[in-house]
Amino acid sequence: MTHNSAENDTAVRLEKVSFSYGEAPFLFDVEFAASKITAIMGPSGSGKSTLLNLVAGFEMPRSGRVLIGGADVGAKPPSARPVSMVFQENNLFAHLSVERNVGLGRSPSLRLTEADRAAIAGALKRVGLAGKEQRLPRELSGGERQRVALARVLVRDRPVLLLDEPFASLGPALRDDMLDLVAGVHAERRMTVLFVTHQPEDARRIGQDMVFLDNGTVAATGAAAGFFTKAGPEAFRHYIGAGPFGGGSRDIARKRT
Amino acid sequence: MVTVNHPPLAGGQRGVDENATFAKHFRHSTPIAVLGNGEMQIRHPADSRVIAGIVALAAIALLIGGAFVGLILEGARDPSGAASAFDSYLFRVARFTLWQALLSTLLSVVPALLVARALSRHPRFFGRDLILQLFAVPLALPAIVAALGILALYGRAGYFAGVLTAIGGQGWPGIYGLSGILVAHAFFNLPLATRLFLEALGTVPADQWRLASQLGMGARPAFRLIEWPTLRAALPGVAGLVFMLCITSFTIVLTLGGGPRATTLEVAIYQALRFDFDPARAVTLTLLQIVLTFIVVLALMRLGANTVGDANLPVAPRRYLSPSIVETVLNAALIVLALLFVAGPMAATVTSGLGADLGRLAGESAVRQATLTSAVLALLAALLSVALSLSLVMARRALALNHRIGAKTLLEHATDTGAGFVLVVPPIVIGAGWFLLLRTVSDVFAIAPVMVVTVNAVMAMPFAIRAIRPGYDAASERHERLCLLLGITGWNRFRLVDWPSLRRPLATGFAFAMALSLGDLGVIALFGSDSLQTLPYLLLARMGSYRTMDAAGLALLLGLVCLALVLAASWLGRREKS
Repeated sequence: MTHNSAENDTAVRLEKVSFSYGEAPFLFDVEFAASKITAIMGPSGSGKSTLLNLVAGFEMPRSGRVLIGGADVGAKPPSARPVSMVFQENNLFAHLSVERNVGLGRSPSLRLTEADRAAIAGALKRVGLAGKEQRLPRELSGGERQRVALARVLVRDRPVLLLDEPFASLGPALRDDMLDLVAGVHAERRMTVLFVTHQPEDARRIGQDMVFLDNGTVAATGAAAGFFTKAGPEAFRHYIGAGPFGGGSRDIARKRT
Repeated sequence: MVTVNHPPLAGGQRGVDENATFAKHFRHSTPIAVLGNGEMQIRHPADSRVIAGIVALAAIALLIGGAFVGLILEGARDPSGAASAFDSYLFRVARFTLWQALLSTLLSVVPALLVARALSRHPRFFGRDLILQLFAVPLALPAIVAALGILALYGRAGYFAGVLTAIGGQGWPGIYGLSGILVAHAFFNLPLATRLFLEALGTVPADQWRLASQLGMGARPAFRLIEWPTLRAALPGVAGLVFMLCITSFTIVLTLGGGPRATTLEVAIYQALRFDFDPARAVTLTLLQIVLTFIVVLALMRLGANTVGDANLPVAPRRYLSPSIVETVLNAALIVLALLFVAGPMAATVTSGLGADLGRLAGESAVRQATLTSAVLALLAALLSVALSLSLVMARRALALNHRIGAKTLLEHATDTGAGFVLVVPPIVIGAGWFLLLRTVSDVFAIAPVMVVTVNAVMAMPFAIRAIRPGYDAASERHERLCLLLGITGWNRFRLVDWPSLRRPLATGFAFAMALSLGDLGVIALFGSDSLQTLPYLLLARMGSYRTMDAAGLALLLGLVCLALVLAASWLGRREKS
């Protein structure tokens, strides 16, 4: 299945999904539009990563349904869901070469056909890592490691992509490069992207929609552009800091959950 | 960690808020729940890792449970015999067991405090690493080898006999009895305690030392304000561990103890079964031993002691110290004394071993047979030990990922601390139980190989788990979500993910377990016979028939093999860290 520039119809919907670790409750009722990049923002502990984990299947809701493309995926294990995910770190197996790490996206037993190998080479070329197939992760920079993870996303070719602050530990210029790569890949594949970030600039750069979480629930949703105006939701403006945008947000942005 | 000081609750609302905050903090500070950036717990149906853990636990339970069944049946068969075994002999043995353990602990721990402090005051000098390596050797040196080394040094015909005779003015009587036991126990436990104390001192933050040197703190205030509080915190745990090791010491007392006056419970159990054939007495002695060790372990757990000595060396951190010349001389003297005390028996083992007719020994069929038997049994025991340990480690991890915040299940507790409880039941006790159980139904000597392999495997488990668990947990921390996401499970997971990251820890655990079971003279003492002899058993036999030179040669052989294994284990362990 390829999704070349055609719109896919795999919206992600959380229907009254409740969840809790011990005593802190979460309640999500939200839809992420198909083929769009939705930035998810919110204070530490507001449930951003939890929301992604629920979609990916790492967490099971206490009640409610998780629908992907209209189908309830609640009973499916993570690997059977139409979802790829990139974490902030540990996206690669340290003892496997770049090529094999990407190859795991095609076959969890690493039995690869010629077609698989061609797809792997193509994906590595697309993310700018041609020629580094045999490197080990420790021989790559932080940005390159995340590029390998994106290459694996390409060969897995699932309609939904979850990004859990994948570029948070990169410097500003490198982060912009990576964001542009994500935007470029998205333009080609039209996946539904859920993008958790602490950086308002990230959301502004590639976010089309925005979901703002606060206190374990969805506080505001809408087009990303609208969030960054004076008319944006008040809780959001409060969170990123009043005044010129980006001005006071660095400290909050640095803080990791 | 988060500390919440509860003020008297003014209103219900406030209490609720506080709970919510607490829960959040708790969630964030729970190590198992934090992966990468997100907090998470994986909750999925049956995992083959959990099943492996249950199988391993069942096997261990069978081994220990069978021994208890044997003891109980024997006790029930002859309750009056078991009761009448509570005589003055029994109390004398019990009293001696405690007394020698107490003295051994004092003689090991007090000097160790001083030596550890001396070593920590001088974090860099030529040979320091070598000394620490040497201090790790007794941990793996078979007790019978050490006993021979001590006899070769301080025995009636030992290297020091001439000097000691000259000092004493009359014939040196040798070192059998309490003195021999104490020297041997100190030989084993002084270096162990030193390393544990040194490790504790290593946890003092470098900033405190920097501050101390900036404030011009001399040795005495630095000891009082910085070192002693740390050592005192470690003291109960270390002393408890040494006490535990001394109370369950078998080989040392068997070889160095002098007759009925210097006998411990473990040796008395052995004698009751092998010589007097008095099963009723064996049952009473065994039960007493279990009660005693149980109390000690319980006390140890309350003290938060770590009941497994570590095979890895502490690393000397950068310090900011400037000891005075007087202190340096004193410390050097202390370190040299400790070094001589620990290295002496090892050197004596080597020299007296080289004096044996090694060529003839190597040609003897009994020696070859025993070597082969030892190698096979130790190999099997190490394999079994590593397999059991890995199963428990994997199951524990899988369960920890599965369970929600809140109470651990009984199964998780069993996979977690269950292995530590193995130490409550000494090998001799398990051996005695099975010996009594099987003597009525079959030839006990026929099952000897099975007993030796299984008991040694289980006894080495706490060490193997120590080697494997950190590596597995760290690898799982990195890989768990990725494996789930990509659908890498079962055999694929083991082949592609777990094996490459666990090769070294597994090899470390394997080598250590093999060294331990190679040198073990516990179960084999009970079950050994002419048809099944291991090297330690043969060694004991040669000692018993006064073929001292043969024994010395065998001790050298055995010691070298164990040393090589342990060096391999620590080398593998270190490469893993870098």
